[in-house]
Amino acid sequence: MATETKETRDGEDETPALLLAEFNTPAEVLHAAEKFRDAGYTQFDTHSPFPIHGMDAAMGMKDSKLGLIVFPAALTGTTLAFLMMWWMNGVDYPLIIGGKPPFSLPSQVPIMFELTILLSAFATVFGMFHLNRLPRHHHPLFNSERFKSFSDDKFFLSVESNDPKWDLERTKKLLESCHASHVELVYDDDEGGADFEPEPSGGH
Amino acid sequence: MSSANLPIKELGETPLVGEGVTFKSISETVCRVTENKAPRGWWIGFLIAVTFTGVMGASIGYLFWTGVGVWGNNAPVYWAWDITNFVWWIGIGHAGTLISAVLFLFRQKWRTAINRFAEAMTIFAVICALIFPGIHVGRAWYAYYMLPLPNEMAIWPNFKSPLIWDVFAVSTYFTVSLLFWYVGLVPDFATLRDRAKNKYRRVVYGALALGWRGANRHWQNYERAYLILAAISTPLVLSVHSVVSFDFATSLMPGWHTTIFPPYFVAGAVFSGFGMVMTLMLLTRAVYGMRSLVLMKHLELMNKIMLVTGSLVGYAYAMEFFIAWYGANDYEWFVFKNRAGGPYAWAYWTMISCNVISPQLFWFKRFRTSIPVMFVVSIFINIGMWFERFVIIVTSLHRDFLPSSWGYFRPTLIDIFTYAGTLGLFFTAFLLFIRWVPMIAIAEVKGVLPEADPHHEPEGHADEHGEGAHTPATAEAE
Repeated sequence: MATETKETRDGEDETPALLLAEFNTPAEVLHAAEKFRDAGYTQFDTHSPFPIHGMDAAMGMKDSKLGLIVFPAALTGTTLAFLMMWWMNGVDYPLIIGGKPPFSLPSQVPIMFELTILLSAFATVFGMFHLNRLPRHHHPLFNSERFKSFSDDKFFLSVESNDPKWDLERTKKLLESCHASHVELVYDDDEGGADFEPEPSGGH
Repeated sequence: MSSANLPIKELGETPLVGEGVTFKSISETVCRVTENKAPRGWWIGFLIAVTFTGVMGASIGYLFWTGVGVWGNNAPVYWAWDITNFVWWIGIGHAGTLISAVLFLFRQKWRTAINRFAEAMTIFAVICALIFPGIHVGRAWYAYYMLPLPNEMAIWPNFKSPLIWDVFAVSTYFTVSLLFWYVGLVPDFATLRDRAKNKYRRVVYGALALGWRGANRHWQNYERAYLILAAISTPLVLSVHSVVSFDFATSLMPGWHTTIFPPYFVAGAVFSGFGMVMTLMLLTRAVYGMRSLVLMKHLELMNKIMLVTGSLVGYAYAMEFFIAWYGANDYEWFVFKNRAGGPYAWAYWTMISCNVISPQLFWFKRFRTSIPVMFVVSIFINIGMWFERFVIIVTSLHRDFLPSSWGYFRPTLIDIFTYAGTLGLFFTAFLLFIRWVPMIAIAEVKGVLPEADPHHEPEGHADEHGEGAHTPATAEAE
């Protein structure tokens, strides 16, 4: 995590990694996101201490793909539990206890259910972190000292310089027209390595 | 949708936080507990709790060294405090998931004030619970029989036994609760990271926050994950105590062999969980000055839930008794007469007074909103729910079918030390949690402030963006 403030670089030729605008209320950042969506930007994001109602639509985002990860995991859990119990009690070493058949479906239901839930939960949490490309401690945003207040009471909109519509002057003007309370250029300070890998879900 | 966060004024609803609470004051109130020095009371509590944890370790060591004979368990009371404590702790662990999952699905936004707290309590209670099945087997080195592994004769566990369902249910419950808790904590760890004044806090909380940057493209998946976790935890939480009740209900013991057990156990679990949340919440709220975030309104709503679940439990007690008589089974009817009038009648009536009678005070708003009353009642509920499990287990066992084998159970000192020791472990974990982890869900409470709604602005240009989720211009049209 970078601790120094944004480095102001003199080399005019260096492109900043992103433009970052600060807002004071959820409404302001929501309207700003709508402007960027309508202007055709795709590589921009908003940052807020809590999820803002209606922001997905304002940014023109598609639905989350998490369910597509969780559902197969759930089915895997059910199947694995069934196969495990069927093989252990019904095939490998059949046990007759209390005159009951070695393998009987009704008594397998609780464990099939539990393993369904267990695998779904793992898929949900790790799938979410995968879709979000977290953990990631080296994002250029962390070079901005002001950005720290995103987790307190400020709202931000960041535009990445690899956006097809990126144009330093015009993008900055657009940000300023959104009544941002502060606009800054954020540079990347680490050597090598792509900072913006293509987002996995494509849609943005 | 636009005013989803706003209280409905027509129904007389009021905001979910106190006067003058802002985004900043929420971060400040919650985070400073982990940033300032621990108050003296914390240290005193912590030292007492650690001492008791040591007592637990010593008692368990003595148990392993000597054998289960150090407990008061006997023939015919083969199960006694060990399983009573297990079921009691598991029950306490139910409030957390109920609050974080069930109330979330029902859009009960007041849950944000108490969910973090209750989830932490769940995890620590389940840890305490898991100790007992592990140590009650006598020869602890055979505890691996509980796992789906072949034993030395290559025999697999018997999956038709509810005892192994229990292993799967409780361990799944623990894992899912832990994941749920951690997911909720990630944005709050980011808040602590960004406020960190020294390197250690920055590194530790930074690592835990996983580089969270509050991005809306992340919040979208995050909120979906939260919804899915809530949706799968809801049947899970109902299943766990149902499966625990199967341990009894699938046996042939009079007093255990009843179909009412699963719902009755679930209601009791929620009841005892809320009792424990209330006890701890009142203490912490007073010590750490959380009165602007945990309002009387929240406490009152919790009391209403305790009134409902306490009455459900009372109904179950009555219905058990009725069916024992109506079912015309001599053994069943004997067990119930013996419960209410036999050698353990004192335990039965303690249970009835604590669980059924004391929460009835909450019919009256005066008592529902009185801190001393709710504190005392919550303690009664904790005691009563422990006695419920004790009554179910011991009264059914101590006079079984053959009068020549009847007996009476008395706990030994080691029984008492082990139980008190798990309370020590619970409070040790809980005090560490309060000290180092945000005890109230910062991001979630911010989300229920009126000004968190983007339509809160007085000028209210209401629907210029609203529903029209028109997709961004896909192609550069030039």
